[in-house]
Amino acid sequence: MLEIKNLHVKLEEEDKDILKGVDLTVEAGKVHAIMGPNGSGKSTLSYVLSGRDGYEVTEGSATLEGADVLEMEPEERAAAGLFLAFQYPVEIPGVGNMTFLRTALNAQRKARGEEEVSAADFLKLVREKAKALKIDADMLKRPVNVGFSGGEKKRNEILQMAMLEPKMCILDETDSGLDVDAMKLVAEGVNALRAEGRAFLVITHYQRLLDHIAPDVVHIMADGRIVKTGGPDLALEVENNGYGDILAEVV
Amino acid sequence: MALPEARIDATEARLAGVSLPKGAAWAAKAREAALARVRAMGLPTRRDEYWKFTRPDDLLLPEAPAAALFDPNEKPVFSEIDRVKLVFRDGVFDPAASDDPVEAGLEIARLAEVTEMDVHWASGLYGVLEAEGHDPVPRPFAALNTATATDGVAIRATAKARRPVSLVYLHENETSDVAMHFLVKVEAGAEVTVLENGPAAARFNKVMEVDVADGGTFHHIRTQGRDHERRAVTHIFARLGEGSIFKSFTMTANGILTRNEAVVTFTGDNAVAHIAGAALGDGDFHHDDTVFVTHDAVACESRQVFKKVLRNGAVGTFQGKILVRQGAQKTDGYQISQALLLDEDAQFLAKPELEIYADDVACSHGSTSGAIDETALFYLRSRGLPRAEAQDLLVLAFLAEAIEEIDDEAIAADILSRLEGWLSRHRKG
Ligand SMILES: Nc1ncnc2c1ncn2[C@@H]1O[C@H](COP(=O)(O)OP(=O)(O)O)[C@@H](O)[C@H]1O
Ligand SMILES: [Mg+2]
Repeated sequence: MLEIKNLHVKLEEEDKDILKGVDLTVEAGKVHAIMGPNGSGKSTLSYVLSGRDGYEVTEGSATLEGADVLEMEPEERAAAGLFLAFQYPVEIPGVGNMTFLRTALNAQRKARGEEEVSAADFLKLVREKAKALKIDADMLKRPVNVGFSGGEKKRNEILQMAMLEPKMCILDETDSGLDVDAMKLVAEGVNALRAEGRAFLVITHYQRLLDHIAPDVVHIMADGRIVKTGGPDLALEVENNGYGDILAEVV
Repeated sequence: MALPEARIDATEARLAGVSLPKGAAWAAKAREAALARVRAMGLPTRRDEYWKFTRPDDLLLPEAPAAALFDPNEKPVFSEIDRVKLVFRDGVFDPAASDDPVEAGLEIARLAEVTEMDVHWASGLYGVLEAEGHDPVPRPFAALNTATATDGVAIRATAKARRPVSLVYLHENETSDVAMHFLVKVEAGAEVTVLENGPAAARFNKVMEVDVADGGTFHHIRTQGRDHERRAVTHIFARLGEGSIFKSFTMTANGILTRNEAVVTFTGDNAVAHIAGAALGDGDFHHDDTVFVTHDAVACESRQVFKKVLRNGAVGTFQGKILVRQGAQKTDGYQISQALLLDEDAQFLAKPELEIYADDVACSHGSTSGAIDETALFYLRSRGLPRAEAQDLLVLAFLAEAIEEIDDEAIAADILSRLEGWLSRHRKG
């Protein structure tokens, strides 16, 4: 599904390498987790994959189902099936959450040559998905993420994911700032979307989210590289011993 | 104090071809007095503080600079609304194209007729609010209008009118130079809505004097459209009685020179005035909102909400003042003027002012100009919205606070669709 090879990225503004040769392959139907200390480049990887400005790829490649995503505009990546649940979801005053969701869904469908969803079908769909995430009608009416609590923002990200049904879902620290109940809701939302044709890259600082979303593969990222890859046990190892041992071992 | 010679010369040059319309004795007197005011104040020059953001040059030429006719080839705004339509061709009322000016609760008369008769309420209003509106800042183009306007409408509301009065302007002569004057007298407890749309003339000077008695309500919604080459200077003067409501919203798209002045004075307690505008400009667009609100009564609320979207060299200006006179306690004054600059060539010039002589008031003002929020833009694009669509959504979000000042939902939706249309026509590339 997603294939990243020797990806080197620096900031456009300064000569500072952030990603220093990331190699990572995520297969369809699988859940991969990336763990790693703060500042290791996890968010940068997710931003570069989704096409945010300000980064420059100096070497390497990233493909989604064989297509070069780095060449695409952010909206083209979205239409191709890439989705990033932001670590810090953005507040957009003046744009209603519903309007936003419907515009996004229809824009993607249009880009793929599919028919737009009717207002009635959309309403039905969004109500159903919102209910599962305990997102009430009021939150749907309010401007995107404005006045939402941390947990509400993260649930809103999952709602968008559920509505857009992407193939490759990247979740950047979706668990941060969530209490246990909210985390369960988010995990249920993710698990409900697990499917053969869909893959997940779950970025997290802690093991606890992985108790609810069982990963197939766990990667450790440090200083801009994937330094270790293993099974679910690797996450437990981090939980028990921290990153110290693993990093010492790599160096 | 004698005026500088240069100003006298400029004023006389502009007045050279001017003749005062004929009318009843009171009207002739009002026009002569207005002309005397123009001469006493002199027309503005580039040096005037009040005109430092906007060059009056084109308004001073003896003849109107030509403006290309524009056929938008689309259904005009307000078409779907049940209204009393009054049509003006280059400033001349066209009864054949207009609806019968009959509506329960309203007296509607053509200005050209009113000024030939003795209509007490009209003679007591014509040029009166304009004349009071020059202190502390002179507004000589308004006085020039009172002196020279030949047509317009006088509306008196004696009850709550169901249908709005819809003034429709048509521009058919490339060099038309038009002054129109409107009187609106809202009697106690009465209510009327006035709509305005359409290109009026190559050069358009308009004054609307609005006198709202106690408990009266006046709504005003206006669009200034796609006739980009027009030069327009408009004034609305309002005097607001106790518990009255005044709401005026203007959408302006295009126009190389538009100056809209609003001069609103609270004379009765507990009244409300909202003045709002949404302006969209591209290229050699120049749009000026100049607002002066005077609180001279207790517990009145005023709101000024002005938003401008500018690109590619467009200039937007705002001069807004809230004056709170001594004794105008419990005043609630709010003013916001903001510009969204879609590129680095656009320019926003603002002078927000508060002048307060009462101690128990709540007044706030803010003025900002900024670019599109790149983080928000990326967020929207990451969800699949193409750049242009995402940007339009953010522009409309920026304008939302001004659009919210339109009470009527159908009109608000109509205005919104015009804004969307403009944005899609003015995308980069
Ligand atoms: N826009 C930026 N400006 C400056 N430094 C940045 C920027 N983006 C990322 N960095 C730096 O790159 C490194 C990786 O950051 P990030 O990808 O956010 O790490 P993580 O998500 O793993 O905590 C950090 O040292 C961070 O300070
Ligand atoms: Mg991060």
